[in-house]
Amino acid sequence: MTQPVANCPNCGAKIVFRWSSTVQTVCEFCKSILVRTDVDLKKVGQVADLPPDSSPIQINTEGKYGNKAFVVVGRILYEYDQGGWNEWHVMMNDGTSAWLADAQSEYALSLSSKAQNLPAPTQVHVGQQFTWNNQPYTVTVITPAHYRGVEGELPFQYWDKTDVTFVDLRTESTKFATLDYSDPEPALYLGEFVQFEDLKLKNLRSFEGW
Amino acid sequence: MSAGTPPIAGPPKPQAKALNCPKCGAAIVLRSFGQAETVVCASCHCILDAKDPNLAILQQFEIKTSDIRPLILLGTRGKLRGTDYEVIGFQRRSIQADGITYSWHEYVLFNPYKGIRYLSEYNGHWNDISICKMLPMSEGTSANYLGEIYKHFQTCDASTDFVLGEFPWQVRVGEKAAVTDYVHPPRVLSSEKLDKEVTWSIGEYMYGREIWEAFKLHGAPPEAMGVYENQPSPVTTNVAGMWVAFAAFAMLLLALMAGFDVRAKKEPVLQQTFYYNRADAKGEASFVTNVFELGGGTSTVEVNTSAAVGNHWIYLNYALINQDTGQAWDFGREVSYYFGHDSDGFWSEGKRFDTVVIPSVPSGHYYLRIEPEADPSLPSMAYSVGVVRDVPVFGIYGIAFLALLVPVVMISFRAYTFERSRWSESDHPPMQLSSSSGDDE
Repeated sequence: MTQPVANCPNCGAKIVFRWSSTVQTVCEFCKSILVRTDVDLKKVGQVADLPPDSSPIQINTEGKYGNKAFVVVGRILYEYDQGGWNEWHVMMNDGTSAWLADAQSEYALSLSSKAQNLPAPTQVHVGQQFTWNNQPYTVTVITPAHYRGVEGELPFQYWDKTDVTFVDLRTESTKFATLDYSDPEPALYLGEFVQFEDLKLKNLRSFEGW
Repeated sequence: MSAGTPPIAGPPKPQAKALNCPKCGAAIVLRSFGQAETVVCASCHCILDAKDPNLAILQQFEIKTSDIRPLILLGTRGKLRGTDYEVIGFQRRSIQADGITYSWHEYVLFNPYKGIRYLSEYNGHWNDISICKMLPMSEGTSANYLGEIYKHFQTCDASTDFVLGEFPWQVRVGEKAAVTDYVHPPRVLSSEKLDKEVTWSIGEYMYGREIWEAFKLHGAPPEAMGVYENQPSPVTTNVAGMWVAFAAFAMLLLALMAGFDVRAKKEPVLQQTFYYNRADAKGEASFVTNVFELGGGTSTVEVNTSAAVGNHWIYLNYALINQDTGQAWDFGREVSYYFGHDSDGFWSEGKRFDTVVIPSVPSGHYYLRIEPEADPSLPSMAYSVGVVRDVPVFGIYGIAFLALLVPVVMISFRAYTFERSRWSESDHPPMQLSSSSGDDE
C-alpha cells in the first residue's frame, strides 16, 4: 500500500494519504480543505468545527464487508430535519472505495454506480420505480439535506455545498439505492443495509461509561 | 490514567450531558450522546428540544394521574440479546375501544454502538421492538416481512398520554398515530402512521421474568393477564403437522391390520349343530364335540355360536380342552335376541350370533366341552358351534388408534382455545355462539 506524503500548504503539517486515489483531504491540524493537483496540494477552503455527533465510527475505524477488509479514510456529514448522518468514505483492501452510511446506528454500505441516463431531480417522485443491474428499486423518500462538513480523504472535490437533495430507493431485500443530486450531474450509489455486528468494526470511538 | 500521561490524540470521549431545565431548573441528563430529538423534564413536564444547547421548550403537558411510573427506571441498564442497553425514555400511550381506555407503556433503550431499541409492556406482556430495516409489504389483511406472512390483528389510533426522558423523534403529548398490528407469534409487525410518515417496527414477545432477569430488577414482574396478540401459544407442537403424523400412524395401523388379515389362515376346523332340549337338560347336561386339530404354531382360536333365539337367551359354558395335555380354557358365551314394538316402532336388542377369540392357543388335538343353559321359557333350540383357527385380532388396533387420537384431540383443543382468546381481542374476532353473546347482556 502506497502512503504518499505531502505537507499542508497552509500550516506545513505532514499530510499522509492512506488512499492513492484521494482527490481531497482535510488537514488534521488547521482543518484546511486541500485538493490534490498534479504537482501539489491546494487549499480550497476551511472546515468549520464539526458538531458533536454520536457516531461510534471515526477516521481509521477498520471493518469487514464480505471478505474484504476496509478502513475509514474520510467522511461527509449531512443534516436533515430528523437529525444528522455520516457518509464515511472507506477504502477497501483491493484499492476500491465505498461509502458506509451511519444514521442513528443504522448502517449501510454502498458503491458508486456507473449507470447512465439518471433522472433529473424534477423527474423523480415517491413511488416511482427504476431498474439498475436487473434489480427494481422504488423511490421511498426524497430528502432535502444540508451539507455540514467534511473530514479526511475523499475521492472527489466536495466542499462549499449548502443544500443537497438525496433520493432513497428501496427494494424488497436489504438492497437500496441513493440518487445524489449534490452536483449538477446526478450520481447513483447502489448498496445494502448491513448489521453492525457483521461489519466487525475495530478502532471504534469509546463513549464515557460504556 | 496518571497525570503525567500525555493526552491521547483525537476528539474527547462523548459523555452523558448534564443540563438544567430552562423552565424549572431541575437537572436533565442526556444519555444518548446526541441521538435524542426531545427530552422531557421529569419535574415540570416540559418537552425540550434535545438538539438545542439551551433546551428550548417545545411543549408543557399536564398529567391527570400520579400513578404513571415506569416499571424500569430511566438510567437502568440491562442486557438484551447480548447487548447492554440503557433505558433513556418512557411513554404511556392509549387507545379507546368501545368507550374503554386501554393503556400500554413503551421504553426507549439506547446503546451508543447499536442505537435505539424499544420495549413495550401491556398487562404484563412485553415486546422487544426495533425499527424494521426493510420495508414490509402489506397486502389486504396480511403483511409480508422477510418472507414471513403476518396476519392483520388490529388498527387503532394510539395517543401519547405521558412522556419521560429522551426520544429519538419529536415526541408530543396528545399526538395521535394510526397503529396497525400484524401478528405472526411470537412476532408482531407494526406500522405507525403519523402525518404522512409511516414507520414500521418488528417486535418479539418477551416474558416479564426475562425482562426482570435482563435488567436485574427486584421483586416479581407484573403477572401477564389474558392472551396477548403475539404471545406464543403454549402448544408448541405444530398442530397441522401433528394431524399429518396422526394420519400417517392411522394408515400404518390400517396397513398392519390388512397385512395380518391377509396373513391369518382363518382355517375352519369345526362346525357342528346341536340341539338343546329342556327335558334332556335335567341330568348330565354337558357333552363334548368332535376332536379337531389346531395347526401351525401358537395362535388364536375363534369360537362362534349362533342360535335362532327370539325373545330368549341361551348360555353356553365352554371349555376348550387339549386332548394331548389336558390343558383347558374355560369361558361362557350368551346368545340372546329380544325384539318388539313400542310407541317408537320396532326395537331389538342383542344378536343371534356370538363370536369370541381366545389368544395364544398352542397347536394340538382339541375338543370343546359344552354345557348349555337356557331361558326357562325355552323348551328346545338348535344351535351351532364353529371353531376357526388363526384369526386376526383387531381390538388392539382400536386401542392404539384411540391412544393416538386422544392426545392429538386434546392438544388441538388447547391450541384452538388459545388462538380463540388471542383473536377475540382483535379486529377479526372468531364467530361467537349466538346464544352466549346475546344472553349475557
